Amino acid sequence: MSRLIGNLRELYRFRVLIQSLVGRELKARYRGTVLGFLWSFLNPLLLMIVYTAVFGLIIPPRDVAFNSKPLVYALYLFTGLLPWYWFSSSAMESSTVLMANGNLIKKILFPAEVLPIVTVTANLVNFLFGLPILFAFIGLFGGHYTAFILFLPLAILIQYIFTLGFSLLISALTIHFRDIKDILGNLLTFWFFATPVIYLLSNPTIQKSAAVRTLLNLNPMTHIIEGYHSALYFGELIHWKRMGIALAISLAFFWIGYSVFDRLRDSFPEEV
Amino acid sequence: MHAIELDHVWRVYQKYSARHRFQTFKSAIVRGDFFRSIKADELVSAVEDVSLMVEEGTTLGLIGRNGSGKSTMLKLIAGIAKPTAGTLSVRGKISALIELGAGFHPEISGRENVFINGIMLGLSKKEIASKFDEIVRFAGLEEFIDAPVKTYSSGMFMRLGFSIAINVNPDVLLVDEVLAVGDAAFIPKCLDRIDDFRRRGKTILFVSHDLTMVAKICDKVAWMKDGRLRMLGEPQRVVDAYLQDVAEKQEEDFQEKKEAAAETPASSVDGGREQRWGRREIEIRKVILRGPNGEEKHVFAPDDGMLIELDVAALEPHKDFVFGIGIFNSLGTLCYGTNTDLEELVPESIRGEGRVVCRIDKLGLINGTYYLDVAVHKRDGYPFDYHKNLYSFLVSSTKRDEGIARLPHRWEFGPNIGIKAQGK
Repeated sequence: MSRLIGNLRELYRFRVLIQSLVGRELKARYRGTVLGFLWSFLNPLLLMIVYTAVFGLIIPPRDVAFNSKPLVYALYLFTGLLPWYWFSSSAMESSTVLMANGNLIKKILFPAEVLPIVTVTANLVNFLFGLPILFAFIGLFGGHYTAFILFLPLAILIQYIFTLGFSLLISALTIHFRDIKDILGNLLTFWFFATPVIYLLSNPTIQKSAAVRTLLNLNPMTHIIEGYHSALYFGELIHWKRMGIALAISLAFFWIGYSVFDRLRDSFPEEV
Repeated sequence: MHAIELDHVWRVYQKYSARHRFQTFKSAIVRGDFFRSIKADELVSAVEDVSLMVEEGTTLGLIGRNGSGKSTMLKLIAGIAKPTAGTLSVRGKISALIELGAGFHPEISGRENVFINGIMLGLSKKEIASKFDEIVRFAGLEEFIDAPVKTYSSGMFMRLGFSIAINVNPDVLLVDEVLAVGDAAFIPKCLDRIDDFRRRGKTILFVSHDLTMVAKICDKVAWMKDGRLRMLGEPQRVVDAYLQDVAEKQEEDFQEKKEAAAETPASSVDGGREQRWGRREIEIRKVILRGPNGEEKHVFAPDDGMLIELDVAALEPHKDFVFGIGIFNSLGTLCYGTNTDLEELVPESIRGEGRVVCRIDKLGLINGTYYLDVAVHKRDGYPFDYHKNLYSFLVSSTKRDEGIARLPHRWEFGPNIGIKAQGK
């Protein structure tokens, strides 16, 4: 534990480095594209359109909550998709980030954990760029602006901690088990459907089956995404118990992820 | 004060075998037992039991063959690799020129890369801003600094990397062979900078295969061999010892090559360049190259003497015969050729077995591989036994003079000209 605190203090010293690398990442990502930063919005937007078309129009949501109103469903979808997109792209990029920057690890004295942290943070910034669109959609698609939006930063913070922990773990393990890169793609697909993004958690089919309910409740992303839904879609107080558990799990994940990373750190220069 | 201290430092690597690196996923996770126990024969030590103290302000050269552990040493000192055993400490800020421009992002401009690279190397934004113009000027990239780095030539890339690293203003500078890629104009600039460092009393560790440069700029030289520190001391002495060792190795290689060549028919080697003809009425049975003291040798220094020893045998007595030699360089240029007839030695008789020795007091050749022709023929040119390109030897020297021969010479200067030998 004291080692972790020491590491975190060390990390604080590298904040300028993290800052500038995030800036570089964002600049470099869309350099040379015609639409540039617009892609930050376009990616989740296009995803939303596809899902709305399939699950809103072709297979209309059976849930009475949406009352065959595709736009309301689209808003619900987007509320969950945007943070999910942040999580999944962070995880995917983390699985390759150490290998991609192998020459940093091998050739200069460089704190390797900065790399997954930069990945997650750059994706966070991308996510934040998508928020104005989400806010606009609340008005356009018949949602409600409520004071509960103020809980949004809390959901973001918890997700940030969780994603950091997961990304640190993935990036360190992938160095040794390269299979993880391939496993991860499939895992994330499964994980996506095990998180209430395209359906409501209160969906009767889910609530009826104890097994499915337990599975969803064990998934920290369920509670995090529900936090977004509460703050932005339902306009209600977040579930403190759920969020508390999500925070505890996130912190634990962060601790595990960082410890594993720290333990494997010395092997990186040889293995990347 | 010691800037760098290594105390019985070892660095052991695992030999690469992609499989069986780990027990299983299960044991890795359950027992925290990430690595299975490794057998001794799966390990290879890059640095073995090295103890080394480098005084503050010393420029230490690190020489040795490829794979002798020089780069691992630098990485250990830079902190990139951790010692497997032993302790290591470095006083002050380190800047390692191990790979220039490591961490440049190809998509963004040189300007942005300077800032980010500088931060990676431990500078603050303010420091970089104040040194920015100097960095760009030194790299000679004023025109291109706002272009993406991917459009740079490899030379521009390297210059920018060097320029940033040298401007970090470290207390300890580690240089790994990076100067080899610079062009004729940039290398002197780099050496100037390194010299400037020396004058300011900074510690420099310099890995290079350019022994002349090492002997020139270093206060001390360490020679690494097979992971061990073989010798440490005054530059010229260590460089000479190293060269001696290299020559011995070359000698061995030569022997091996010769033995391998002996097993294949001479004509098939080197596409028929090596040939032997003549009816061997007088036969050259054996050719041996020896040093001035009679030891068999194939690697010579330019000033060494050389004995070319021919064992000959005549089936019948002959009265008309000439022995000759010819030394060719690798381009096929005849460097020197002579025979007994040209030197007005008159043959009288040869019968049975005998020995002919051509004694060269001073070889006087430059660096390179040489091929030797030996022959015995009649005065009118009728060959008894002609060996073309069948023998070779190496001249190995730190001197870089050019041409086909090294003429014996000396430099002298008048009283108003100050000039001295390197490294003195």
